[in-house]
Amino acid sequence: MSEEIRVIEREHKRDDLPDFGPGDHVVVNVRVTEGGRERIQPFEGTVMRRQGSGINESFTVRRVSYGVGIERTFPVHTPRIKDIQVVRRGKVRRAKLYYLRERVGKSARIRERR
Amino acid sequence: MGKGILGRKLGMTQVFDDEGRQVPVTVIKTDSCVVVQVKTEESDGYEAVQVGFEKASAGSLNKPERGHFERAGVEPRRHLVEFRCDNGEWSEADVGEELDVDMFSVGDKVKVSGISRGKGFAGSIKRHGFSRGPMTHGSRYHRGSGSHGASAFPARVFPGRKLPGRMGGERVTVEGLEVVDVDVDRGLLLVKGGVPGPRKGILKIERD
Repeated sequence: MSEEIRVIEREHKRDDLPDFGPGDHVVVNVRVTEGGRERIQPFEGTVMRRQGSGINESFTVRRVSYGVGIERTFPVHTPRIKDIQVVRRGKVRRAKLYYLRERVGKSARIRERR
Repeated sequence: MGKGILGRKLGMTQVFDDEGRQVPVTVIKTDSCVVVQVKTEESDGYEAVQVGFEKASAGSLNKPERGHFERAGVEPRRHLVEFRCDNGEWSEADVGEELDVDMFSVGDKVKVSGISRGKGFAGSIKRHGFSRGPMTHGSRYHRGSGSHGASAFPARVFPGRKLPGRMGGERVTVEGLEVVDVDVDRGLLLVKGGVPGPRKGILKIERD
């Protein structure tokens, strides 16, 4: 990759986000524009994976609401994210937690990392 | 305002626009672009501006080329490309005028020409988009070029038949690309989408 492209990517990357990874329980505050008005919509759940690298990196958050699993994927560096709060650090043994999809209730718990 | 410029493709990346959308962009670097010759209806029979790109040492040019640059009074360049401007789109161009990416502004539509990547001897599926035959179930017809025409009459293959052959390595133009960002200090142009050719390929960028 050329130096010029690296500089462009650096300008579009954000460095204000906390360090987080798979297994962490996070709250993602998303900017939503509705009819010209902007408001913040929080999305809370478990980080299931981080994928990609550089400016193209994205992460997926999974939550179960009313018995339905919902997964949302965000680009890490998108300006649409206002901020991310790490509520709880999870102790997991793999990078992609796809096994959560087959689990509900007790077996879908993640141990806390201390 | 200038009609076009030459540059080198640096590669692709993505940026976020005002609304937070991801936009795929090609980064094009340009520097040392200069007007070498202005052709007019009277002098050459058509209107065009000849632009040179990338400085070259005088020793790497032959004598006629050296003379051409000497007459224009500009430092020798490695690449020379003409921009046709028959409708007087670029009437104010002066020989020796340095060209910069500031001739474009964000939101402009441009067309970009380059030499596409050579793909070697390619079959008709890759080269012309033919359909493939079944790969299994006893099929013995996989990626062939199909029927080439009728039999005893006309007893020949008509000219222009799409067949396997050399693909790529030719001049390709992509039109209607949007300028996403202009960085005058670094001589960079960010264009939405892909452009022909490999990284470091020479590109001709023209107002669309």
